[in-house]
Amino acid sequence: MPASSPATGLFRPSGRRWPGCAGLVVLVVSLPFAGLASEALKGSPGLWAHLISSILPVALVDTVILLTGVGLLTATLGTAAAWLVTAYAFPGRRILEWALLLPLAVPTYIIAYAYLDILHPIGPVQGAVRWLLGYESPRQFRLPDIRSMAGCILLLGFVLYPYVYTPTRAMFLTQPGNLIDAARTLGMSRHAAFRRVALPMARPAVAVGVALALMETLNDVGAAEFLGVRTMTVSIYTTWVTRSDLPGASQIALMLLLIVVGLVAFERWARRKQGYAGDTRRSRGMTPVPTGRLKGLLLLSAGLVPVLLGFVAPATYLVTEAWKRYQFAALSPRLLQEAVNTIVIAMLATAVTITLGLLIAYAARLRPATGWFLRLSTLGYAAPSTVVAIGVLIVLGNADRFIDGAALQWLGISTGLVFLGSGAAVVYALTVRFLAISAGGIEAGLSRIPLSLDHAARTLGQSPSGTFRHIHLPLSKTAIAAAALLVFVDCVKELPATLLLRPLNIETFATHLYGEAARGTYEEASIAALAIVAISVLPVIFLSRVGIAGPASSVLARDNDHGEGVRI
Amino acid sequence: MTEPAVQLENAKRSFGSTAALDDLSLDIPQGDVLSLVGPSGCGKSTLLRVISGVERLDSGHVFLNGRPVDGDGFIEPEARGVGFMFQDYALFPHLSVRDNVLFGLKKRKRADATARAQDLLGRLGIAHLAGRFPHALSGGEQQRVALARALAPEPGIILMDEPFSNLDQGLRQRVRDETLSVLRASGTTVIMVTHDPQEALSAGNRVVLMRKGSIVQAGTPYDLYDRPVDAYAAAFFSALNAVPGFIRGGRVETRVGTFAAPSGLTREGKTTVFIRPDAIHVTTVPGDVQARIRQRVFLGTTENVVLEVEGLDQPLTVATPTRLPVDADMVFFSVLPRKVLIF
Repeated sequence: MPASSPATGLFRPSGRRWPGCAGLVVLVVSLPFAGLASEALKGSPGLWAHLISSILPVALVDTVILLTGVGLLTATLGTAAAWLVTAYAFPGRRILEWALLLPLAVPTYIIAYAYLDILHPIGPVQGAVRWLLGYESPRQFRLPDIRSMAGCILLLGFVLYPYVYTPTRAMFLTQPGNLIDAARTLGMSRHAAFRRVALPMARPAVAVGVALALMETLNDVGAAEFLGVRTMTVSIYTTWVTRSDLPGASQIALMLLLIVVGLVAFERWARRKQGYAGDTRRSRGMTPVPTGRLKGLLLLSAGLVPVLLGFVAPATYLVTEAWKRYQFAALSPRLLQEAVNTIVIAMLATAVTITLGLLIAYAARLRPATGWFLRLSTLGYAAPSTVVAIGVLIVLGNADRFIDGAALQWLGISTGLVFLGSGAAVVYALTVRFLAISAGGIEAGLSRIPLSLDHAARTLGQSPSGTFRHIHLPLSKTAIAAAALLVFVDCVKELPATLLLRPLNIETFATHLYGEAARGTYEEASIAALAIVAISVLPVIFLSRVGIAGPASSVLARDNDHGEGVRI
Repeated sequence: MTEPAVQLENAKRSFGSTAALDDLSLDIPQGDVLSLVGPSGCGKSTLLRVISGVERLDSGHVFLNGRPVDGDGFIEPEARGVGFMFQDYALFPHLSVRDNVLFGLKKRKRADATARAQDLLGRLGIAHLAGRFPHALSGGEQQRVALARALAPEPGIILMDEPFSNLDQGLRQRVRDETLSVLRASGTTVIMVTHDPQEALSAGNRVVLMRKGSIVQAGTPYDLYDRPVDAYAAAFFSALNAVPGFIRGGRVETRVGTFAAPSGLTREGKTTVFIRPDAIHVTTVPGDVQARIRQRVFLGTTENVVLEVEGLDQPLTVATPTRLPVDADMVFFSVLPRKVLIF
């Protein structure tokens, strides 16, 4: 080792390389947002006026109504479900506890897709209702159309409530039971104690969950579009796809980002109070009250309603439709090709995301001063996919033009669209979007390794990189694997960015489903949807196994500690 | 003349507004076993971390065997040849005992490394644990594995951060004696951090007492106990009785006797005299000063007797090896003049 190397920083180059690379990663990840801002500024005043007069009023009002509706519904469902499984003991409670997470496995566009068919005027449900009531044709009687704002709120609410359920349940579990007991001895009924003691204490957790559910709502393109709700997210998509108006799309995207910033601020503000409630963690939790057989059955049925509507019904539908399709045409080569595309894209994006996550998380450990890199890298996670995709489009579009121009000038050949044409853009967008899951999960894993192990390894002759290889990598492999699983599943489910950025003629399961639903044809999409849901169930099972029961141990809870939240 | 093993020059390191090392200078000769002692937060652990290189100085210099390692330029911990034993032992949980010991021997030939590890495990009496993993070891066994691992690369300097504090009292003494005899036999320079005054006095051939990032006193254990530089140093190693006195003409007059003022003490007037509990001789035979027994705490070898003395606001605590009659009430005591501390 050179004894006299001039060191200006905190560490010699071996230790400085990591923070340097991490800085580079943060730069690359935040580029799309810079691109978005600069593109939005290009828009002419006339265009802005057009946006304000024709698109924004509808989009903004629809977005606000949707957010309000989904917020209320998820808060109610999530809190009620959480209280049910923590306050009462009844047969089946353990199973219900994790079954309530299952709707997380159904992406918003898939639940919309499924219910459009289930509740179609000539579909199974309406047919059964007519048969019961003795009507013969849809003309005589039909239920209100699911393609409406109310339908959209209901469907989103039934798959997004677990975002509220999870933190609220954790909060109820850690709430000191003696406070409830105290309220009871002061003459309150159990219901009053819930309303006046437990609920106010859980309010921060509910708020955090609602904020996450709303971010997911803003992220959605498929459900809103299939159900005819013109949210801002949908407007961005159509402004670009049908009108090729990039500055216009960027402007709406920026406005949408403002709403997201508001949500994040709200979530942070809510979390500020969570600290107080956290102080009481040591005390004994609430003991669930045993219930009689009849009441227990009633409670179980009530608890199963969101599971049935949010998971069992769409999943059953998908299984039967997929089976029918399979009987009819087996698996088409096209579908198999899509399976390969989906998995390859998701694996590539996962590999990149995990590698960069390792880099950022370890750099933050080596040099705590770079911890804000970690925070910055989570930017993309809060942003809706459509916004990220527009940003990536701008950045890589410029890069492609530059490379093409340079190659033409110096080599006399045209390279075409190197990034946008190759699928690199999809991987880039997915990385920007999900880096927070990987970096956060890995950082949580690393934080469980005492710093003295690092120091021991260093004094035993290992460089920072050697320490990483021999100590951190083997000791955090579970956390890395968990993060990789979450990212992979998110990539498989992801629709808006993949839709906008995939190369021509490349389809994944998600884009296939979107295409069929948009056309109103119901062919092979059920198989694709079933595959997505089946893959998405994996992390739910995983989370229930690594201790959804304990607020401290799971990836989920850890995410909640850091404002990233649960996205599965 | 050989270079000191460790040399610190005007070392400074602060965390926020608190100075962990405040312009500290210290030379540690080769082969020393040095106890670094002080209350928690005095900077003793930071000193170890700076020597090992896992912490950097804000300003000042560190030399190891005459080689500059911090100050102008910085040598990474892995290039310093310093062994470190951590308070929590920091055993790698995913590696067996053997692999933990082999960890620092990666640069050696495989056969050499294995032989060295085998030899060390044997010498420390833990050869039978080689295949086990850290979680399956008792505290004492973990401690020995940590020692073996730190010794394996044959570092010239070993740093130990409260290495025995996680052991229970009975085990502690034995493990400490064993560990130090192994270290002395290997001729390694040892710097051991402790907050236990007894351990500091018994373990090292040199003791450094720190407070708030500075050295209060450095010297042999006898120096620190018998000739403390100030009341803080004196009080650190045992309980003290503080008795008001008056200096006049080279003599210090107190309620419990008159003593010669130490040479160099020229001021006159009010002062405080410090007397260790073992510097007072108690007897029932009428003698110097009379006192009434307020409380007795029997400890086995000695007995702590709390005495009420007329004219003193605070009672005196006496540690006496001689047994007083069970019903003793009024006693007499005298103070050994050699052991009276006046600053």
